[in-house]
Amino acid sequence: MITPFAFLNGVDPWIFAFSFVTVAVTIGMGLWSARSSKTASDFFVAGRSVSVGWNASAISGEYLSAASFMGIAGMVMSSGYDALWYPVCYACGYLFLLLFIAGPLRRFGAYTIPDFAEGRYDSPVFRKIAVVFVLFIGFFYTMPQMKAAGTTLAYIFPGMPYWGGVVLVGAVITLNVALGGMKGITLVQAVQYWVKLFAISAPVFVLMAVFGFYNGQLGANAAPTEAAPVTQNVERKPLVQKAPKDSYWLAPFGPLTTKAVNAAAATIKDDTARKAYLEEHQRPYSLLYTYSLIMALVCGTAGLPHILVRFYTNPDGAAAKRTTMWVMILIGVFYVFPPIFGVIGRNLMPDLYSGIGAKGTDKVVLELPTLLTAKFGVLGSILSGITCAGAFAAFMSTFSGLLVSMTGALAHDVYGRMIKPTATAGERMRMFKWCAILVGGIAVILGCFVEPLEIAFMVGQAFAIAAASYFPLLFMSVWWRGMTMKGAAAGMLTGGLGSLVAAALTNVATLSLDPGPMGKVFASFKPMNVFWAAHPLLRILCEQPAIWAVPLSIGLMVVVSKLTADQVPGNIRMKMLVLHAPEKLGLKQEYIQEHSAGAGH
Amino acid sequence: MPNPPTPHDDVVHSEPFLRSLMRRQLSLSIACAVTFLVVLLGLPLLNYFATDFMATRVAGFTLTWLVIGVLFFPFIWIISWVFIKRSIALEEEEVKSVKR
Repeated sequence: MITPFAFLNGVDPWIFAFSFVTVAVTIGMGLWSARSSKTASDFFVAGRSVSVGWNASAISGEYLSAASFMGIAGMVMSSGYDALWYPVCYACGYLFLLLFIAGPLRRFGAYTIPDFAEGRYDSPVFRKIAVVFVLFIGFFYTMPQMKAAGTTLAYIFPGMPYWGGVVLVGAVITLNVALGGMKGITLVQAVQYWVKLFAISAPVFVLMAVFGFYNGQLGANAAPTEAAPVTQNVERKPLVQKAPKDSYWLAPFGPLTTKAVNAAAATIKDDTARKAYLEEHQRPYSLLYTYSLIMALVCGTAGLPHILVRFYTNPDGAAAKRTTMWVMILIGVFYVFPPIFGVIGRNLMPDLYSGIGAKGTDKVVLELPTLLTAKFGVLGSILSGITCAGAFAAFMSTFSGLLVSMTGALAHDVYGRMIKPTATAGERMRMFKWCAILVGGIAVILGCFVEPLEIAFMVGQAFAIAAASYFPLLFMSVWWRGMTMKGAAAGMLTGGLGSLVAAALTNVATLSLDPGPMGKVFASFKPMNVFWAAHPLLRILCEQPAIWAVPLSIGLMVVVSKLTADQVPGNIRMKMLVLHAPEKLGLKQEYIQEHSAGAGH
Repeated sequence: MPNPPTPHDDVVHSEPFLRSLMRRQLSLSIACAVTFLVVLLGLPLLNYFATDFMATRVAGFTLTWLVIGVLFFPFIWIISWVFIKRSIALEEEEVKSVKR
């Protein structure tokens, strides 16, 4: 019998309660702080007065997305060692940002990346190009968040379809952003970091105390050189057929990085020929994949639009640096935990390997604590409720942050500067709300398509696009005064669009193989897989485009800038001084005065 | 056309000051970046060429898993701490050199 509440069948009350409280508190805080943020400036960059501790927690809260919370654990479980590059490089990316970009950008003092792009090159046209990229990268990055939302809701409400969760969560967050702006988000993000840290660490400690520690759990998997596992006393369930073998999973160059070569090898009928092919190509290609992935993740962090905007909420450059130090510590501590879920999940919950889409390894973080139910009854449900709450915090905070950035780009740039420069503050505020709803709607639609793709994988691709567009733009604009607008635009567009197209080409091919509904939607792309199987190297370069796209982008910037050297902005020395001289010298004020006197706007 | 901005002839606006400023900041950043990139980019090479060594067991972990799963994070903290300390000192020095 079908009733309106059929989706509530089989819901665990504890899990539901924790998730519901997280959502309710998030929305409540958003609404509460909405009353105290009234001006447009408050809406866009939170009035620029946030203390180091709050700001560091807020940046970490925003940065630790669903990919960090659910995706890494899922990917460590499905792919083993190679997936560890994700947490490491997420943290390293922050270091890169600190070393080369955070200080100068903050000194230059602009609201957003498009502001910086325009200020550095005195070019409103270039600003428009930069805005488009905020949207491209933003949408690519919302897709994994939506997948996490759908997965989590499908776990909490076993009767609910994947798309139902995407729509529900998307609608709730969009409404929250439309009503709260960014002031609310700073507070909410900061609290959510601590929610996430507690939610990922507390269940891990309980699980390890009961089932054996990290090292023991890992030791239960035999390395290629070992005949038997080094730890025998850890209980393991038999692996299902789809799970990778121990030695392959534990060692570098495993399932994640060798997928393309394996697909190519599968088309070779002759056994010895196939073995020879694998022997020759598997490891070198896998090494290439690893390097491209590292490059995407390390450089991509610096290019994420919703993270950079937060540096402007620091009172000065030194505070921006101290904030980054705290962010490094906060996210570093966090990233030790998710892989532990993946390792324990492999040993004790191998059934997830056979699940597809929202029922696969991406939900290991949510479901693993229920192992405790057999021994400790309700404790398993409570801990599972806590990880669900953390997952909600993860995708809600990142999605809100992205939504604010993208909505800001649309309302502040496209509407406020291009469509109707004469708009009043009231009109802009109203537009912010409509833009939020538009962006949220598109994100939900995109999110419905990506169920078969792994969360961490999609985030990696969003990073690759950022790495090939924003990173070269920021890095070169800050450190090389010979850059011209044409050089910057040529490099950014070629690198960014190139990697966007490359990533999309491999994704549609993967989606067409899905046994679920997406396989039908993307069925016409199925023949592409034959092409990819014939060209594994090309597939790797398209799936992880950073290794060619970043040098291409930087190279083009240098070449085109040299060719148009006469178009270097006239007051470049002053701009460079503002970017690099200590803020105590007060050059920023001087620059603004001269600029308004000289350029006449 | 509006008048061009007035030229400056003090130390702050001079070419040598800007050059030394950027050079010192960039060399600090590059020194820190090289330190961590050597380790980060060296690890896949070690995995590739010293496979057996990196698979050595250390208290249940394989060596390579222990390094990137746990030890890498404190390593990044040290680098960022050194960088922040030096770069703040560098800024103060620059302010002093101008105001002298």
